[in-house]
Amino acid sequence: MSRYFRAKVTDNLPLNSKTNLLFIEPLEQIINPVPGQFYMIETGNSYDPLLKRPFSYFRKTSEGIQFLYAIKGKGTSLMRHFKGGDAINIIGPLGTCYPKPEKDSIPLIVAGGIGIASVFPLIEKLSEKAYVLYGAKNKDEILIPNELKWIVDKLIITTDDGSFGEKGTVIDVLNDFLASHFSLLTSYLIYACGPKPLLKAISEIAVDKGIKGYVSLEENMACGFGACLGCAVKTIYGYKRVCKEGPVFPIEEIVW
Amino acid sequence: MDLTVNIGQLKLKNPVMTASGTFGYGEEYSEFVDLNMLGAIVVKGISLKPMDGNPSPRICETPCGMLNAIGLQNIGLKRFLKEKLPYLRKFDTKVVVNILGNTIYEYVKLSKTLDEAGVDGIELNVSCPNVKKGGIIFGTDKKTLTRLISKVRQSVKKAILITKLSPNVSNIQGFSKVAEDAGSDAVSLINTITGMAIDVETRKPRLANITGGLSGPAIKPIALRMVWEASKVVKIPVIGIGGIMNAEDAIEFMLAGATAIEVGTANFVNPGVTVEIINGLEAYLRKKDIYDVKKLIGGMYRA
Repeated sequence: MSRYFRAKVTDNLPLNSKTNLLFIEPLEQIINPVPGQFYMIETGNSYDPLLKRPFSYFRKTSEGIQFLYAIKGKGTSLMRHFKGGDAINIIGPLGTCYPKPEKDSIPLIVAGGIGIASVFPLIEKLSEKAYVLYGAKNKDEILIPNELKWIVDKLIITTDDGSFGEKGTVIDVLNDFLASHFSLLTSYLIYACGPKPLLKAISEIAVDKGIKGYVSLEENMACGFGACLGCAVKTIYGYKRVCKEGPVFPIEEIVW
Repeated sequence: MDLTVNIGQLKLKNPVMTASGTFGYGEEYSEFVDLNMLGAIVVKGISLKPMDGNPSPRICETPCGMLNAIGLQNIGLKRFLKEKLPYLRKFDTKVVVNILGNTIYEYVKLSKTLDEAGVDGIELNVSCPNVKKGGIIFGTDKKTLTRLISKVRQSVKKAILITKLSPNVSNIQGFSKVAEDAGSDAVSLINTITGMAIDVETRKPRLANITGGLSGPAIKPIALRMVWEASKVVKIPVIGIGGIMNAEDAIEFMLAGATAIEVGTANFVNPGVTVEIINGLEAYLRKKDIYDVKKLIGGMYRA
C-alpha cells in the first residue's frame, strides 16, 4: 500500500457558489485516514498549476473518500470541473491527527468556514459527548447544516449576519459558551480549525482560561510529506512542518 | 544496456540524481522510491551549525513553477552525521552532500569532515539566492569562487567535488571555467533563478523573504541553454538541473551536454518520478537502439 495512489472521481457536487463536495474512489488499496489528516490532490494534467493542493478529508466510507473544498484559486477552480470518471493522482493520508480526548474531558469542537471539513470526521467520532460550535459569514456559507444537526445534539451554529443560527462570530459564541459553562472550564478540550485569525483568537482564549486543545493549521506547501520545508510554522520549539509535525498542533505550541 | 556514467572517479549506476533541497535526507522518499535504484542522492544542504530557515510563507506557486525561500533550514553537520548518514549508507546508491557556509573555513571544515566520513561526493552550494550571508557571494564573484574551490580541493581526498552554479550571473561559461580550473570534478547547474510575486489584493509579497528562487518547468529552457553553454567550455562533467519533469526532459539535458541530471521540484509533484525517469530513459535507449547512455551526452544534432 502506497500513500501515492490513483483514484477515480465519482462525483463533484456543488454545495454553494464556492464550495464543492468531491467523491473519489481509490483504484488501489489505500491506508485508512484518521480525523485531522489530509491528502495532496492533483488539480489537473498540466504544469500549471504544478503542485498538488492539500485538503483535509471530510469523510471516509467503504466506497472511498470525500473532500469538502472551497473554490479559491487556480487549482480549486480547475477541481470544480472534475467529473465522474476522471482519474487523478493523490498522496495521503498525511500529517498528524486530532488526538483522542481523555476519558473525563469534554471535547469542544470549534470550526470556522471551510474548517468544518477537517473536524467533521472528529465530530462523527465524538458525536455523543462533543459540543460543536460552527460559524460562517452567512446562511449560504453554512455547509451541511442538516447533517450536522442529525449527528450531534450539542451544536451551536452562528453566522456573522444572523441569517442562520445565532448572530455573531464563532468567537462570540465561544466566549458565551465558556462563560455559561464556567464550572467545568478546565475539563474542556478544544479542537479547532478555521482561518488563522480565528485560530489565533481561540488560542488566546484557551491559554488565558487554561483550557487545553488542538488547532489544525494550513500553510502553502509543495510536497505534503516533509521534504520541501515550505510549510514551516513558528512554534515555541522552533519551526515545525505543518505537513509532518502538523497539521494538528497543541494549541499552546503555536507562536502566532 | 549500460546506464552508468562517470563523474570524476565516481561511477553512477545511472545518470539520475536528486537535486538538493527537494529530496530531504532520502528518508522522506523511501516509501515512494526504491532508493537503491537512484544514480545518486544529493541531500538537503548542510551547514556547520543547524539553521532555522526563513519565516512563512516560504513558498508560492507561479505559472509552471514555484518560488521558494526556505532559507537553508537544516539540522547541521553533527546531527547529519549521526542521524541521517548511517541511514543513507544502507542503500546501494551514491551519497552526495550539498554543503554551504558563510566563510571558506566553514566550507573546508564541512568538506573535510564529510570526506573523512566517507560520503561519495560533495556539492558546493555557492548559489543559494535566499540567505543574506554566504552561498551566493561565492558563486557570483570569480576570485572568491576560485579561492573557495581550491581550499576545499586541498582538504578533500576521496569524495568527488561538484560545484553547483548560480544562473544569476551574466556569463555562465566564465564561472564554469573557474570551477574547472580551481579543481572541481564537475559542475552542476542551474540553481534556482531569483524571482518574486506580489498579491495584488493585499499588496504584500507572496514570500515573507520577498524574493525567492524560481524552479520547475518554467526554468527548463534557461537551464538547458546554460548547460549547453557550460558543456562547450569545460572538460569536466556537467550535471544538468532545472525543471526536469520526465525522461524526455532528462534526455534533452543529456543531448545538450549533461553527463548526469538532478531531479528537483518534480519530486514534490510526483514522489516516484525519479524511478519513472530511469525507466523512461532505458525505454528511450532501447527504442533508439542505443545501448550506452553515455552516447547521449552532447549528442544534439545541429540543425
